[in-house]
Amino acid sequence: MSDFDVSGNDKELQEFLMIEKEKAQVNAQIHEFNEICWEKCIGKPSTKLDHATETCLSNCVDRFIDTSLLITQRFAQMLQKRGGGDL
Amino acid sequence: MAAAKMEKGELMSQVKQQIALANAQEMLSKMTEKCFKKCIQKPGKSLDTTEQRCISQCMDRFMDAWNLVSRTYGNRLQREQYRSMDSVEEMSS
Repeated sequence: MSDFDVSGNDKELQEFLMIEKEKAQVNAQIHEFNEICWEKCIGKPSTKLDHATETCLSNCVDRFIDTSLLITQRFAQMLQKRGGGDL
Repeated sequence: MAAAKMEKGELMSQVKQQIALANAQEMLSKMTEKCFKKCIQKPGKSLDTTEQRCISQCMDRFMDAWNLVSRTYGNRLQREQYRSMDSVEEMSS
């Protein structure tokens, strides 16, 4: 039915799919952050997000990423100290 | 050739559409879950007006929060990108 090569030889299509995939991953990440930080920062929903809540939300995202980076780093060190990939 | 081009374009827009749909569904289900939790303390015989008002406010705040989180994450991604570009330059100089 189709004339183009879906198996990876169509460069334009490949690039398109790669970009869309990346965008979808970023989006999924935003959903995850939003879920985590909603729980941390939002009390009773009111008529607008107040300044303190906005600060909380954006700090929450940045500190979550920091935490994730720190744990990844430390975890890698833990694995190294154990001398290899064994857990 | 023209037919192949058109089909490819069609495929691309279908992919985009499917992703947008999945996104909207994700948003809808998260929103329902979070706002139910916030607004319905004790489920009664029906949604009363206070609960309904709470739900619509909650939906608006959920969108606000989503947009803010999205912006913050976007800024962070950019910062990290610059940082990794800097460290590449340091290594090569």
